Amino acid sequence: MEHIIRIDDLVFEYKREEQLEPVRAVNQVSLEIERGSFTAIIGRNGSGKSTLAKNINALLLPSSGAVYVKGLNTADDTKLWEIRQAAGMVFQNPDNQLVSSIVEDDVAFGPENLGIEPGEIRRRVDDSLYSVNMYEERKKAPHLLSGGQKQRIAIAGVIAMRPECIILDEPTAMLDPHGRAEVMEIIQKLHREGITIILITHFMEEAAKADRVIIMDSGRVVLDGEPAQVFLHIEEIKSLNLDVPFAVDLACRLRKRGVEIPENLITTEEMVEYIACRFK
Amino acid sequence: MIRDITLGQYYPGNSWVHRLDARIKIIWTFVYIVSLFLIKDFWGYIAVLVTLALIIGVSRVPLKFILKGLKPIFLIIVFTFTINMFMTKGTPLFTLGFLTITREGLYNAVFMGIRLVFLIIGSSLLTLVTKPINLTDGIEKLLSPWQRAGLPAHELAMMMTIALRFIPTLLEETDKIMKAQMARGADFESGNIMNRAKSLIPLLVPLFISAFRIAQDLAMAMEARCYRGGSHRTRMNGMKLKKKDGVACFLMLAYLALIVLQRGVW
Ligand SMILES: Nc1ncnc2c1ncn2[C@@H]1O[C@H](COP(=O)(O)OP(=O)(O)O)[C@@H](O)[C@H]1O
Ligand SMILES: [Mg+2]
Repeated sequence: MEHIIRIDDLVFEYKREEQLEPVRAVNQVSLEIERGSFTAIIGRNGSGKSTLAKNINALLLPSSGAVYVKGLNTADDTKLWEIRQAAGMVFQNPDNQLVSSIVEDDVAFGPENLGIEPGEIRRRVDDSLYSVNMYEERKKAPHLLSGGQKQRIAIAGVIAMRPECIILDEPTAMLDPHGRAEVMEIIQKLHREGITIILITHFMEEAAKADRVIIMDSGRVVLDGEPAQVFLHIEEIKSLNLDVPFAVDLACRLRKRGVEIPENLITTEEMVEYIACRFK
Repeated sequence: MIRDITLGQYYPGNSWVHRLDARIKIIWTFVYIVSLFLIKDFWGYIAVLVTLALIIGVSRVPLKFILKGLKPIFLIIVFTFTINMFMTKGTPLFTLGFLTITREGLYNAVFMGIRLVFLIIGSSLLTLVTKPINLTDGIEKLLSPWQRAGLPAHELAMMMTIALRFIPTLLEETDKIMKAQMARGADFESGNIMNRAKSLIPLLVPLFISAFRIAQDLAMAMEARCYRGGSHRTRMNGMKLKKKDGVACFLMLAYLALIVLQRGVW
């Protein structure tokens, strides 16, 4: 399959005051992301996930190495707007990424910046609001909405730009369980519709829903593969101070007691179903 | 407690006045303010009063709501009134100790007081009947001819849009910090002015920090959504003048003519 994003030996260093060494936040990462895939990136705080994400849509530029989106080098500033349109980004704090005091105007912000003609903007805004189930709230002020709703508006604002890929940087970290479920549902729906998803998260249950999991630590990729394969390295993951999904943990414990459990069970739903069938 | 401020508030509605183009309303307000300074005597105020009453009537904004906007500047009105009353020279009416009230002073005080009240009512009416977001769009459109002369019209409008968006967020933040400080024994409500001002410092410092964090996050989010200033931008809701805007414009000219006439003729 075709790669929508290619990261070649990416190094990113944050400069500090002159006397101090720069902080190396991303260290020699090479990755390829397939078009239409759903990748989850996990790693503890400070492991370089956000920095990596910002390098993908040219909010930050590599210290060395290169990042390509649809074959366009992010360092090429004539292609900047094309890159940012193709790889949209949703951030962690739902309050700090909405621009306008009216929901539909906020969703229109991206397309307006792209210079799209007004009638087409209207259509895109309505479509996007429908697809995140927020059309009814289109005239409201963002500060009257719940965290989950605000985050869905932020997602609508990105899909109104018709991106091919959406990078979500811990979009559910500040939400309650209900809001988290709403947002995850939208993310999975967009993935089914063919949009490439890169989801940074620290909820393992969310990562288990992806079709690829990348685990980062100290700016490097330490594990990368299908969730079922990655979560087999349960000791290694725990040594990084990370959890594994509940189902994986349970399966591991059961195996230690001699109960045979297949390796591909990683979400709680799958596990419940399996146990219900087997021990009926 | 901070939420009580009503100045600059919008009163939701769908009246004829609400639906007028924001640009017309801004120009109308401007003409109205200038007209207040062209008025010579109380007869002129009758024209203003009738005009205001008509606009308020059509807009269906409750009078009580409008008068509430006068509360914060009540002190200023009383102050100008008093100064005018005592400081104008002329024929004495009566004396209070070392203060003398003159006939001219009383006249001036009432005249200026009315002017101030009309000024506040008229300009708060603009924000009462215009959605803030339309107001910023209107200002951007009105200022854009001066863009070539170096006036940052788009940037100003964008700043206002963002301010409108984040005022509630910052108020919430203030409330949160205040409650957190109060839970630890901070006291914002008693003591003299100096003490109260001092107690605001532990409130302002975290507030500033969070304002800067918001600004940083927002700038990043706007860039990610391809924001690059006003030059390539289109707008979803373009502003188009309609027939009623023409009517409003005509009424404005009629009003202006009347005021100019009273200045020249009477
Ligand atoms: N603006 C910045 N300036 C300096 N250092 C930073 C900045 N942002 C992040 N860092 C540092 O870079 C490293 C990676 O941070 P980040 O990418 O935010 O990690 P994550 O998103 O995984 O928590 C951390 O050590 C952090 O302290
Ligand atoms: Mg982060």
